[in-house]
Amino acid sequence: MSDSNEPTTTEDPWHNLKQFTPARIALGRAGMSLPTSACLDFQLAHALARDAVNIPLDFAGLEQRLNVHGFQTLTLQTQAENQSVYLQRPDLGRLLSASSMACLQHSALIPFDAVVVVADGLSSTAIEHHAEPFLSLLLPELQRKDYRLPPVCLVKHGRVAIGDAIAEHYAASLCIVLIGERPGLSSPDSMGIYFTYQARSGISTDADRNCISNIHDNGLSYQQALKKLLFLVDEAEKLQLSGINLKDQTTDTAPNDLQKQANFLLN
Amino acid sequence: MSCYLEHPEYLDKSLMYKTHITHQAYDFKTLRNLMAKATPSRSGDYLAGVGAVNNLERVAAQWVLADVPLKQFLNEALVPYEQDEITRLIIDEHDGSAFAAVSHLTVGDFRNWLLSEHATTEILTAIASGLTPEMVAAVSKIMRIQDLILVAKKCRVITRFRNTIGLENRLSTRLQPNHPTDSPAGVAAGLLDGLLYGCGDAVIGINPASDNIEATLRLLHMLHDVIERYQIPTQSCVLTHVTTTLKAIEQGAPVDLVFQSIAGTQKANDSFGINLDLLNEARLAALELGRGSLFENGTLGDNCMYFETGQGSALSANAHQGLDQQTCEARAYAVARKFKPLLVNTVVGFIGPEYLYDGKQIIRAGLEDHFCGKLLGLPMGCDVCYTNHAEADQDDMDMLLTQFAVAGGTFIMGVPGADDVMLNYQSTSFHDALYVRQVLGLRPAPEFEQWLQQHGIFNAENQLQQRPDVPVLFKSSLQNLSE
Repeated sequence: MSDSNEPTTTEDPWHNLKQFTPARIALGRAGMSLPTSACLDFQLAHALARDAVNIPLDFAGLEQRLNVHGFQTLTLQTQAENQSVYLQRPDLGRLLSASSMACLQHSALIPFDAVVVVADGLSSTAIEHHAEPFLSLLLPELQRKDYRLPPVCLVKHGRVAIGDAIAEHYAASLCIVLIGERPGLSSPDSMGIYFTYQARSGISTDADRNCISNIHDNGLSYQQALKKLLFLVDEAEKLQLSGINLKDQTTDTAPNDLQKQANFLLN
Repeated sequence: MSCYLEHPEYLDKSLMYKTHITHQAYDFKTLRNLMAKATPSRSGDYLAGVGAVNNLERVAAQWVLADVPLKQFLNEALVPYEQDEITRLIIDEHDGSAFAAVSHLTVGDFRNWLLSEHATTEILTAIASGLTPEMVAAVSKIMRIQDLILVAKKCRVITRFRNTIGLENRLSTRLQPNHPTDSPAGVAAGLLDGLLYGCGDAVIGINPASDNIEATLRLLHMLHDVIERYQIPTQSCVLTHVTTTLKAIEQGAPVDLVFQSIAGTQKANDSFGINLDLLNEARLAALELGRGSLFENGTLGDNCMYFETGQGSALSANAHQGLDQQTCEARAYAVARKFKPLLVNTVVGFIGPEYLYDGKQIIRAGLEDHFCGKLLGLPMGCDVCYTNHAEADQDDMDMLLTQFAVAGGTFIMGVPGADDVMLNYQSTSFHDALYVRQVLGLRPAPEFEQWLQQHGIFNAENQLQQRPDVPVLFKSSLQNLSE
């Protein structure tokens, strides 16, 4: 028999730490297990994330919004014909479809300096939320550097390496890929940026790339991401390389209140 | 192109990989192909185009594989010797005298022997250096889950840095307080939550959001200061590329464990930007810091490497060399073994459904990796995990977690609420560790256990202490915080 006055769970008396992190801390316990509310809360988040993986990106809408900014776009498709093939065949997500190849061949073939590629990846909501606002900061910066840019390439069912073929086609030394990252329970809309210097299709590997990840409302801000990316671009031009030999040496400026309580364990 | 056409010297010509089963003739031609066809079904092998086309072909391959002498793995390299430094490592450092005890066995007999009472903990320890990754991968392919559990449980691998990992009836946890922007307060919040749930004896290990030297240095100093201040008998690690860790050591940072992701072919490791020389350089640099504890028997804790692996990593770098992903994975353990790691972690479900499609494939892969690693003498942990695009859920994780712990797994992850808010995947929680310790009577590493009890986090029965307030040790740090 349980006493009707006795609580069935034990609370953790450190709730105030939740102000510092989106992580699931101070959940309390039932015995030594998760309390019912925390358990169902997790299941709810998982259900939302699972459903989000399969929502297709509205490419026409994105194109329209970018065009309003005056940015030209070109929508391409990989050899992964649908989401199910895309999930099981990453190799096909790195190759352009025949019609997209033909489409690229038709576009102007003057040499360019940088290509900007946007791929849906594993989270269409990441691109839906963050691609347009980020590009509206990035593209003017690239134009200010007098870089010649082809249209922004929007790629359906694309993996990171799809940028290599596009950069190669335009003979551009700088390849910037914005892609939806695998959705997390607490961040279903996280965007990543992969930067590759002198990308070559089928030859460039992960070791040749620099990654800026976790761009979302509770993660890296657009300004922080932009600062890192522009640093990498400048350094890559200087060193003529990207990847593991190109280290991100920018400083992250945290908000003052976080800075103040940064080391509460060490005060 | 098949291996023997390129390199006829590797094939024992007398050995044919042929059979007849139910009026169907099979000729698997090479050991590499035979291994791939004998592997239990998984999506990555189909992606690579090396898996069995149907169940009958798989079982035919398993029958043929069972008759292959273990010695054949020393004669027929699955990746050519002169093209791959991991093959060279495996062959050149093979311990013939340790192998002698099982050198007369076929793969099928080896399975029988492993399950028998002859294969004791002592004997399994003694033969570890005589086994190659390919031998243990081969036998695992004809073993059921219960076989993988039974044999792995007999293996005992003990490692030390500041505490003792891998003792019988112990299960350690890596505290993983990741934060999306590496905010020190955010990391500290997750870290304290974990400590108060009794987590962190394997390592306090952070995956930084970027491979940024400044963030790495800041996190390294913070973890060092926390461990010192609260006298926690554990070690820290910032999981950044080995070249970044080397830079940090050069700049005087307090590095306990050197981390690196490793894979089973030279080409895959090239794509990670690493090789054996670089790993060796990093290990020597960390050893020189001498940050391990001096133990009562007069030895210094000198297991200073932390490796992560996972089936499919070589294929994802297009560097699998025609191997199945499980054999590739086992070959990564040859790399790990050379550097005497404190911890090796198979991050089994992280890679996604193109390599391990669903819960069933993830569970089997995790237990295979643990078995292979343990048999080769490694302190194997498992990141019991999945991503949101895989066909898996919490029930699948509970099955793997429970089976892994029954198999004597060395350590698991501890992530707040099982939700990693930086890496965007689901692992095991602090609560999960407490669950499995509770049902199986498993304890943390002894030095850490003593610390937990001394500060009233655990009671004498290793359960969370019932208390209205936080332990005295952390009271003042929390009191200074605003609500």
